[in-house]
Amino acid sequence: MWSAALGTLSALLLLLVLLPVVALLVTASPRDLLRGLADPLVGPAVQLTLATTTLSLLAIVACGTPLAWLLAHRRTRRWRLVETLIQLPVVLPPAVAGVALLLAFGRRGLLGPLLGHAGIGLPFTTAAVVLAEVFVAAPFYVQPAIAAFRRLDPDLVLVARTLGASRPKVFFSVALPIARSALAGGAALSWARALGEFGATLMFAGNLGGRTQTLPLAIYTALESDLRTAQSLSIVLVVVAFGLLVAIRAGGRS
Amino acid sequence: MTVQGLDVEVQGNIGELTVALALHAAPGPTVIVGPNGAGKTSLLMFILGAMSPAQGQITLDGRALFDHARGIDVPVENRQIGFLPQRYALFPHLDVLGNISYGLSGRPPPERARLARAALRELGVEDLAARRSDQLSGGEAQRVALARALAHGPRALLLDEPLAALDASLRRDVRRFLAAQLRTLAIPTLIVTHDHADAEAFGGEVVVIEHGTVTQRGRLAVIATNPATDFVRQFVHEEPAPRTP
Repeated sequence: MWSAALGTLSALLLLLVLLPVVALLVTASPRDLLRGLADPLVGPAVQLTLATTTLSLLAIVACGTPLAWLLAHRRTRRWRLVETLIQLPVVLPPAVAGVALLLAFGRRGLLGPLLGHAGIGLPFTTAAVVLAEVFVAAPFYVQPAIAAFRRLDPDLVLVARTLGASRPKVFFSVALPIARSALAGGAALSWARALGEFGATLMFAGNLGGRTQTLPLAIYTALESDLRTAQSLSIVLVVVAFGLLVAIRAGGRS
Repeated sequence: MTVQGLDVEVQGNIGELTVALALHAAPGPTVIVGPNGAGKTSLLMFILGAMSPAQGQITLDGRALFDHARGIDVPVENRQIGFLPQRYALFPHLDVLGNISYGLSGRPPPERARLARAALRELGVEDLAARRSDQLSGGEAQRVALARALAHGPRALLLDEPLAALDASLRRDVRRFLAAQLRTLAIPTLIVTHDHADAEAFGGEVVVIEHGTVTQRGRLAVIATNPATDFVRQFVHEEPAPRTP
């Protein structure tokens, strides 16, 4: 009785999670898919998505790694608050993120006048797409990076310094190489999140083909005219996401 | 006045503990003993420069490493002090030779390799050069860590419980080897230990630290005949001393 209950409930959830993915993969013939991928929406969206997610990942790694190093070694209440705040985008609804980005960087936002003076208008540009991706994806890199740096034996750092290494040298020659696989896992997760970013981008950057229309937005647009194109694009994203998942799990084991 | 050896006279607060330590370590071994939380590790951290005392001076062979009054606090990497932590802290991403050459990075590559190999040979572990550092036995790891600490020619050496990470069965042999190695060094060598047998094997002066201050110092045989505190009485009569994790 108990086993049957466990089995039924587990199967129900598995069905709910897997059926949509299966449907995505089995309801189209290869020919449909190829035709879908030939849609003029696809090329620019793929290009834009690759470009923006690469840029946002670079920005996240370049600034997030030092931030994680700082946070890993500061234990005061103020730094712990920072650590909690950087996690905020994980739980924030995407629509809220969009509004927040507009209120910060929009023409009437907090930085609007400053940016206006400099001749920069962010909303509805490719830069806005990158900004939205950084906002939602950064915590997925920073949190594992903090954890990785905290696992580092402090004696390794101290010994390296007694051997003549300055603080920056210890960071680059000891901390980074040892934390490398954990950082790569975080970067992959973060990239996956940026790849799927939809809500904040739609609200803050809009849905302009070739400029702000990333893959998820192209799927949304295609859905209105041609379900097959939406499906083809979705399959591309599923394959990429699943590949990343496998890679992260393999990396985590090694 | 230039005095050979390590001179420490520091005061500070570490959490609840008020530390006021003064000691002179001549070239050769000095054994530091004391109960847990007495300030032994703090002493090592002050000397290494990983922590700064509130007051006082630390001088090595006449060179000020720390001097509160003169505003001197030489960074860790410029103190030229070798350090062997309790679990050895070998760099897991480097092989044995890479671990040794890490401290020789300022030199041209051929000299680096030569010095690193010489340091390994000195400790009888040259055949481990290409081994991954996480594939060493406890005794091997200790020799490699010692070779690494000595390869760049430090002016003093600090060892924190060098035998605590080893199985009891290994400890006696490793202790004998380590004691013989340390006797050949002409630099101040501070060895923190819990173990009476270590104090006996390493020789040199014993410095007892309790409640953040030095309560007795002298040759083991001398303090054994005239123990100043309960801790010293226990330490010199118990064999081996109780191990606290």
